Amino acid sequence: MAFWRQPLDTQEIQITRGEVSIIEDRCKGCGYCIEFCPIHILTFSDHFNKKGYHPPKITKAGECVNCHYCEIICPEFAIYSVNAADAAAEMDTSISAS
Amino acid sequence: MTKNPKPLGKNPVGHPLDDLIRTERIPHIWCSGCGIGTVFSSCLSAIKATEIPYNEFTMVSGIGCSARAAGYIKVDSFHTTHGRAIPFASGIKMAKPDLNVIVFSGDGDLFAIGGNHFIHAARRNMDMTVICVNNLIYGMTGGQVAATTPANAKTTTTPFGNPDAPFNLPLLAYASGASYVARWTILHVRDLTNAINEAIRHRGFSFIEVLAPCPINYGRRNKEKPLDTLKLYRENTIIKNGADPAIADVDFDRGVILGTFINRDRSTCDDMYEATCRRNSED
Repeated sequence: MAFWRQPLDTQEIQITRGEVSIIEDRCKGCGYCIEFCPIHILTFSDHFNKKGYHPPKITKAGECVNCHYCEIICPEFAIYSVNAADAAAEMDTSISAS
Repeated sequence: MTKNPKPLGKNPVGHPLDDLIRTERIPHIWCSGCGIGTVFSSCLSAIKATEIPYNEFTMVSGIGCSARAAGYIKVDSFHTTHGRAIPFASGIKMAKPDLNVIVFSGDGDLFAIGGNHFIHAARRNMDMTVICVNNLIYGMTGGQVAATTPANAKTTTTPFGNPDAPFNLPLLAYASGASYVARWTILHVRDLTNAINEAIRHRGFSFIEVLAPCPINYGRRNKEKPLDTLKLYRENTIIKNGADPAIADVDFDRGVILGTFINRDRSTCDDMYEATCRRNSED
């Protein structure tokens, strides 16, 4: 984001990063998550899911700010985001456990 | 009381609300773009956020699209006869006052066939939370005109436009004696979740009206795609907490007022019953 003047606390603000997960077969393609994502990282995918709808796909992976808005507006329980740092830590533990 | 089961691992795989929904019944029957799913998910988030064990909750619903929610929630729930969700819930509350009773139903069920039950439960100040999904139409039966359909809206039974004025639900709830009255739309999900959370913890009759799109039976006949309805919610609504419910008509041309209208304390039905009947019967 471009600022016309640098805010005093830019150095202190930490932007959280999230990882979006999509449960494709629950999606009914209403497009609410795509329309209301604040940084517009979702779009309709070209393929169909089990029920014949186009589920969303992530266009800019790694830019999610973990605001959870897609998760709370989704009427289908089909999309959620988790904190990227936590997801990475979980991945590490599962790899070391296996 | 038992505690809620802890999810396994730090980041369990699956949707964060999967422990509160009957996942084997998902995907649910609601149409693409229907707002009921969002209200339901917001209600589940609010239940989760109260940190009250799930076995202290019960959900009651009547008949209609919205009323299917009772079949998807993984707590004790009751799908009752048409319009009779509130009397059923009143019975549960009188028999077991410790339970948090949530009535989740639609505008047709609560205000058309169940209108009298609503006003009397509000008059007695039954300690329950009523969530009304207002989609402005009878959705499940094929789009007939409802008590909440805005004037001039086209439905299957009013092809030239609805000649009647709709109910002002917050005013009705306030005038009947409800002690917590709020209105939100499905676009204001965070406010809605906070309001439901507050309503569950509030002692007394809490009523939350949620405006939700019905793309098939309302939107299709009134040239409104679901995203158009959500844009209407964003542009033609005014958030005004503590507003007078008398001016809270659903009129998108003038702007629909959202927010918490009423939050007051009144003796609940159980308090009054305790003070007048149970005490005297012991003598």
